[in-house]
Amino acid sequence: MVGLATVFGAGGGTSSYADIEQTDVIVLWGSNARSAHPIFFHHVLQGVRNGAKLYVVDPRRTESAQWADLWLGLDVGTDIALAHTVAREIIHAGLVRRDFVERATSGFAEYAASVEEWTLERGSAVTGVPADAIRELAHAYARAPRAQMCWTLGITEHHNGVDNVLALINLALLCGHVGRPGSGLNPLRGQNNVQGGGDMGALPNKLPGFQDVEDDVARAKFDAVWGTPVPPRNGWNLTQMFEAMGRGDLRTLYVIGENPAQSEADGAHAEHLLGSLDFLVVQDIFLTKTAGLADVVLPGSASWCEGEGTVTNSERRVQRVRKALNPPGDARDDCAIIVELARRMGRDWSYPTMEHVWDELRSLSPMHAGMSYARLEALGGIQWPCFSEDTLEPPYLHGRLWADDPASRGRLAPFSVVRDEPPVEATDAQYPLRLTTGRRLDSYNTGVQSRGFDSPLRTGETVDVSPEDAASLGVADGETVRIVSRRGEVTAPVRVDEGLRPGLVFMTMHFPDEVDVNRLTIDATDPKSGTAEFKAAAVRIERLPVPAWT
Amino acid sequence: MDLKIASASATDAERQAVDALLGPPPEAARGAERDERSHRVARGGASLRALRHLMLPVLHAVNDRVGWLSRGAINYVSQRLDVAPAEVYGVATFYALFSTAERPARQVHVCVDLACRAAGGHTEADLPPGAHASPCLGLCERAPALMVLEAGERPTRAVEAPVPRPRVAEVVAGGACGVEPAVAAAAPQTPDDSLVLLHRVGRVAPTLAGYLSSGGYEALRRAHEIGPAAVVDEVTASGLVGRGGAAFPTGRKWAAVASQPATPHHLVCNADESEPGTFKDRVLIEGDPFALLESMTIAAWATGCGHGWVYLRGEYPRAEATLRAAIDEARAAGWLGPRIGPAGQSFDVEIVRGGGAYICGEETAIFNSIEGHRGEPRNKPPFPVEVGLFGKPTVVNNVETLVNVPAIVSGGGAAYAGWGTEGSRGRKLFCLSGAVARPGVYEVAFGATLRHLIDLAGGMRAGATMRAVLLGGAAGGFGGPDDLARPLTRAAARAAGTTLGSGVVLVLDESVDLVDQMMRIADFFHDESCGQCVPCRVGTVRQREALARLVAARGAAPDARAADVALLRELAQVMRDASICGLGQTAPNAIDSAISRLGVLA
Repeated sequence: MVGLATVFGAGGGTSSYADIEQTDVIVLWGSNARSAHPIFFHHVLQGVRNGAKLYVVDPRRTESAQWADLWLGLDVGTDIALAHTVAREIIHAGLVRRDFVERATSGFAEYAASVEEWTLERGSAVTGVPADAIRELAHAYARAPRAQMCWTLGITEHHNGVDNVLALINLALLCGHVGRPGSGLNPLRGQNNVQGGGDMGALPNKLPGFQDVEDDVARAKFDAVWGTPVPPRNGWNLTQMFEAMGRGDLRTLYVIGENPAQSEADGAHAEHLLGSLDFLVVQDIFLTKTAGLADVVLPGSASWCEGEGTVTNSERRVQRVRKALNPPGDARDDCAIIVELARRMGRDWSYPTMEHVWDELRSLSPMHAGMSYARLEALGGIQWPCFSEDTLEPPYLHGRLWADDPASRGRLAPFSVVRDEPPVEATDAQYPLRLTTGRRLDSYNTGVQSRGFDSPLRTGETVDVSPEDAASLGVADGETVRIVSRRGEVTAPVRVDEGLRPGLVFMTMHFPDEVDVNRLTIDATDPKSGTAEFKAAAVRIERLPVPAWT
Repeated sequence: MDLKIASASATDAERQAVDALLGPPPEAARGAERDERSHRVARGGASLRALRHLMLPVLHAVNDRVGWLSRGAINYVSQRLDVAPAEVYGVATFYALFSTAERPARQVHVCVDLACRAAGGHTEADLPPGAHASPCLGLCERAPALMVLEAGERPTRAVEAPVPRPRVAEVVAGGACGVEPAVAAAAPQTPDDSLVLLHRVGRVAPTLAGYLSSGGYEALRRAHEIGPAAVVDEVTASGLVGRGGAAFPTGRKWAAVASQPATPHHLVCNADESEPGTFKDRVLIEGDPFALLESMTIAAWATGCGHGWVYLRGEYPRAEATLRAAIDEARAAGWLGPRIGPAGQSFDVEIVRGGGAYICGEETAIFNSIEGHRGEPRNKPPFPVEVGLFGKPTVVNNVETLVNVPAIVSGGGAAYAGWGTEGSRGRKLFCLSGAVARPGVYEVAFGATLRHLIDLAGGMRAGATMRAVLLGGAAGGFGGPDDLARPLTRAAARAAGTTLGSGVVLVLDESVDLVDQMMRIADFFHDESCGQCVPCRVGTVRQREALARLVAARGAAPDARAADVALLRELAQVMRDASICGLGQTAPNAIDSAISRLGVLA
């Protein structure tokens, strides 16, 4: 989101699902959407059925790669090197979309100079991807009349995740693959409403509708309506919060619907910090591990069936959610909990219905202004921006960049000069294997929401290794092994995966109670987004001693 | 059931069989060698899935090589074609000629269907151990019949008929099949210069030289002269309708495809002749293969098709070999290929061998089968003329329908329409089997009587008295001696509550157990229902059960049987009304006629 907001001023995917279905090239970069974003992948498949070519860039030959016309298996953490090599090839092959670059972007010359060193040979040497495959990707993306660049945590969960995103955005700017039907940039969102959280200002530097906290004019609007001054400084992101906890600057924490005790990198450390707070409040529908550490637990409601409101999906479509059930027992509607907290603190917020909350938002967030409940109902959801009740904007964002009139083009989209940097932790003789983490189809994040029901596909955590590594380690499929990093160790059974190459192993964070993988991962975070480098740790695998009785 | 296909490995022989057809695995695709490059790039997706239509051929290749489809083979096929293992398994288990259980390389399929059991052949109950009970093998003129398939590096397929019971035991024990009689024996009318469809069968060698010397390819030459639209007009004027059973006007079908803007257009020749008692298409292909090729070439010219498929049932080894040789010869001489004749027509034909599934003769099931899916019929609309094979406008015609075309183009549609009757124009082949003196394929103009047809076949076999005649096969209906004077037209058949269908005329004498014949028909539909839609899947089972109870209760008081009689009637109504395709819709017909017209349960 930070990357897109930096370049375009709005942090959201630029395309609609329909644009994914009606396009010529789809690049999934650092995304195993088939397993991790199965709903989005349906739209990708529709695009493929309609004739789009699919390119998958991922260190692993994933289930998504199986659908690809070409899979490029780069080394973990070499995304910028690959993107720069693609860019240089596009520039040298004369495939730059000149008219777009000239009218809608800034900083091309500097950017072009910065990627000049990335010849196919160098890119191939750094990324491990054969030069001909890089060339093919570059030409396919640049020559396509319409192309989609889609990414997810494989790009962002790095210590330089924002730079990774910027490197991909550069490619779209080079080829004019943004702001048009069928062309766009799409970060895939993992939660059904993670976009909605951002829309509503659940970001340390944004007010609802992506208005800057440090923008005095924007803030004054909120001050007036809310009847209280909004602090004029950006807040902390999650990583900064943990740092503040470490320094002792943050002593009280209110956690709503998150399980940081298990979702943070270097889990043992995170758990220690949460445990040493003065006061921890957790509001959740499950008694998570974090809730287990809390002084007060507020049982909330399941927002999709026990409360009224809206959600925003990956294509920025705001949709109504309607209440079907009352929350069980003492659990309460999340909004009611917050209003009640405010009342106890001496503020009488009076919202007779959720629609009143929404209408207040519409009065403050121009991009939501036109979305009345009645209209959301009538149209089956509306994509933002929607500035007034009698208009709808195009389903893709940033069409302004193509405008003939410079005034309506607005701020030019800047190319970003970013540097290739290897992962913080290199592999070495002691920790020779690269561990990357991710998701599997039938589990969800730390498993809080997915372990309550059975799935025939969910058989517990494994450490996935290539057939070659399994052979050289002398371990068999299903054999339990110890996985050791500089920070900790876990044990898990081996699963031999033909989609992995020698030296690369894979685990998930789905089963933290049994196999707490984040004891292995490194707490190296991106200073711009606060996201941790979950995708690159160095580990070794040890055979467990054979019990005497076997 | 836990299949665990994805972890199974193919044997070298299975791999070779697949690779012989598909070529070696492409660079770094699944199933390819693991090497440095394959750790970094993989090519796949659309380029692999574009080969999905080779699913059935590739399964045949493995089955021909090793005799069955192991999990390892299924896994390898799934990797090579980028199809989920479960889907390959679904296709592999759809066809009767395949097995996912290990079995000997040599398999003997003994026909237990109507004509063969009427001729004293085996039934399911008394087969020698190790033999398969097979539905009709299409050798009814010399029933009873069997077929031997032997897998190996040089797989063999052979049939033997007639095969008396002691011979069945010998062949099952390992004895070789005898030599097949010449095709002339199956067309007793020839030589007869008045024949239009059969005039070459048994008289002219099935070679290009023989064909050209007997008027071959003159119709194509004329078609090229008059142009596609005029060809369609002639076919429309001829009144030709489909001979597969549904009797749809061929000219209308062709005109519809010719006018479709979507491209490419496809031509499918339905040679999946599986209606019990039917063998005319086999005789046509074995006796005059170039006539089919010329007819297809004309059809393609008229409708704008660049490619034709002949979907040939897997139980016809001699027809396949004959047609394959003819295609090779035609291609070598430029009668198939990118530039045919001065008109420069581009057209080629490939054979798709069926896997033993009656349903694949249904015009949309045939598309799914060719495309590499389970051969289940599609819902209509959209109709094949708009959305057919690979989703494109498609002409699908039966073999016999097509071979009428040269005569129509050469002699003109009006002349052709002079044969037959008002509602049934032209000439028709009938498959005479059972208790006639000279069983075989007979050609007459529509309107000839059933008695005339039986007279052509030499009358009843010596000493035999007619008890019943099955018209149209298992999907048709029974008649009796009262029907002999009835003209063979669609209208007359309809009036008699039956159908001419695919031209089956199975004559049954007093020695045949009609209850057994009726139960066999019930078994046939039960076995051949593809299971896709409930009315047919459940209906064919319940129909068989109700019949079995009625047979067991023969002689009981009518009250005791009333419930099952009512159930049969109700099932028939549901199947006719609600089945997706003709299989379920016609499954009750012959049974109904056996009960109501022949009184077999009385």
